[in-house]
Amino acid sequence: MAEIRLQGITKIFDKKVRAVDEVDLTIADREFMVLLGPSGCGKTTLMRMIAGLEYPEHGRVSIGNRDVTDLPPRRRDISMVFQSYAVFPHLTVFDNVAFGLRMKNIAKAEIKRRVEGAAELVQLGPYLERYPAQLSGGQRQRVAVARAIVMEPAVLLMDEPLSNLDALLRLNFRAELKRLVGELKTTTIYVTHDQVEAMSLGDRIAVMREGRIVQCGTPMEIYDRPANRFVGGFIGSPPMNFLSGRIERSNGHLQVGLGDQMLTVPATLGGRTAGEVLVGIRAENIEAEAAPAEGAIAARTEVVEPLGSHLLVTAAVGDQKLKIQARTDFPARPDAPLWLRPEPDKLRWFDPESGQEIDAR
Amino acid sequence: MTSIARDLPAAPRVDREAVAARQARARRRMLGRGLLYAAAVLLALWVLFPIYLITITAFSPRDAVYDYPKQLIPGTLSAETMRFFVDAEGVLGALWNSVLVAVVTLIFSTLIGAPAGYALARFAFRGRDAFRLIVLSTRAFPIVILSIPLAVSFIEWGIYDTIWSVALMHTALALPFTVLITSSIFISVPRDLEEAALTLGCTPATAFVKVVLPLALPGLAAASIFTFVLSWNEVFAAVILTLRERTLPALVLAALNQSPVPFRLAAGWFMLAPSLIFIFVIRRYLLGLWGRVSR
Repeated sequence: MAEIRLQGITKIFDKKVRAVDEVDLTIADREFMVLLGPSGCGKTTLMRMIAGLEYPEHGRVSIGNRDVTDLPPRRRDISMVFQSYAVFPHLTVFDNVAFGLRMKNIAKAEIKRRVEGAAELVQLGPYLERYPAQLSGGQRQRVAVARAIVMEPAVLLMDEPLSNLDALLRLNFRAELKRLVGELKTTTIYVTHDQVEAMSLGDRIAVMREGRIVQCGTPMEIYDRPANRFVGGFIGSPPMNFLSGRIERSNGHLQVGLGDQMLTVPATLGGRTAGEVLVGIRAENIEAEAAPAEGAIAARTEVVEPLGSHLLVTAAVGDQKLKIQARTDFPARPDAPLWLRPEPDKLRWFDPESGQEIDAR
Repeated sequence: MTSIARDLPAAPRVDREAVAARQARARRRMLGRGLLYAAAVLLALWVLFPIYLITITAFSPRDAVYDYPKQLIPGTLSAETMRFFVDAEGVLGALWNSVLVAVVTLIFSTLIGAPAGYALARFAFRGRDAFRLIVLSTRAFPIVILSIPLAVSFIEWGIYDTIWSVALMHTALALPFTVLITSSIFISVPRDLEEAALTLGCTPATAFVKVVLPLALPGLAAASIFTFVLSWNEVFAAVILTLRERTLPALVLAALNQSPVPFRLAAGWFMLAPSLIFIFVIRRYLLGLWGRVSR
């Protein structure tokens, strides 16, 4: 019912800064879409244009087959949760949650029923008569969420709703939010700069950079097949490793040379047979060996970080650094040699100039 | 250095020089603090002592005014001096005029100044910083030069020697403060709250009424009091723009030379008291205006 369609959305600040640049995006009904990107990438501006708090210079916004580009927020059937919570300090929790319903002139009994229902959902039942100043940060956040969902909007917008909570609270509330939104089945757009949040919550993630969407897909697609070097480096902790190599041909097979060592290439490199190429591989997709092995690359251990569940090893291949996730029983010592075996089907290839992925399949 | 450190015994030694330095630092801090407090007390006395003298004399019997040496603690309290002042001819009428002028000034300056303050706080428009400066610079324009042509205009309009002419003049004088104070008040109401109201079904107008206004109200009340005091105390324009419809300060100033000392002291106290009370009430907001935003 409430599919959101953005066509050619452009927002220009101060006549020159293109905060959002020609964005096209379609969000399906009931989908949970995350806008992910570093600060200043335009994700919040894009959301504010969907909310009607900013107006685009070019492009159209439609919600549920209705062009809302020129409509004010109150005519768009949206609710928004703000990063600062924006809970009204002069109203009690009940009045905060009831605020939007009262603006719609809904009957008193109905308001009471819906406010209490929403408060129950976010576990604010006992606090309805309190003022925001008497609540903790986490509770204020719940008020903001209750105030938004009580409207039963066609679209729920959330602008970094967890970023002001401390780490543990954030982890708990994240799971709760996922359950809540799953039950509501509202089309949801969620803005965050935290890639873990994006991965855990989104049906799909739109990764933004400098006002453009650089990749849009399911969390696993984006993690597994980053469309370019930026996405690979932004998603995942540690970020994807990138090594530059050159394409060589020996015995009729393609190989990629890293310094004086050769990496076997599983398939064609998008038709490339020579030149530089960027190899991408994630830390958990490299097997570390303490002794030389067939097809393994020699490297030197630089730093070993025990992280409890695994070791994070920083290794050097020639003068290029990469991070490897090794089992805790791996005998890693600084300055010791080690051998690396990347999983062949997890290798990703990128153009060193443009940073775009090369389809090697 | 490392080799010497290794040769030393493990327990840290108390370095005499370090102890001396610490003591010297503590002494300097004490001395600095003492001087600061002394200066503060001196300044406070400088202002408060005359106020105190005026107050006790205003509430002493009329004869006590001429007592010498002055008693710092009044022997008998009496409303006699105050009554003499209040019963004097024209005082009640002038008092009423003062209240009227102040109220009209307050209404005018809020109606004109608060929207300007809101615009300064919320909208990024061309020349905003210049506007902020120019608003203040009107205060630098000498009232003397402004008053005479204004008096002529007011005579032409037929409002000379009425409370309206004084109220208009006071509005002009109060506006810079009203604009800047209200803008700092509106800035302290987060933008997000207004936007949240917009997403919850409000028009910009209802968002202002339902969210911004309630939150700004204490500050706006303080700004009004400030305007009230400004008008209450203003004497120069009031003297030039009125002849018979004097405000209290204008009347007191005009009568000062021919009046007995008890009258002067009672008048002084009467002018002083509301200002003191109001300034005390709103000082939190004045600090906010001066850049120490309380939040």
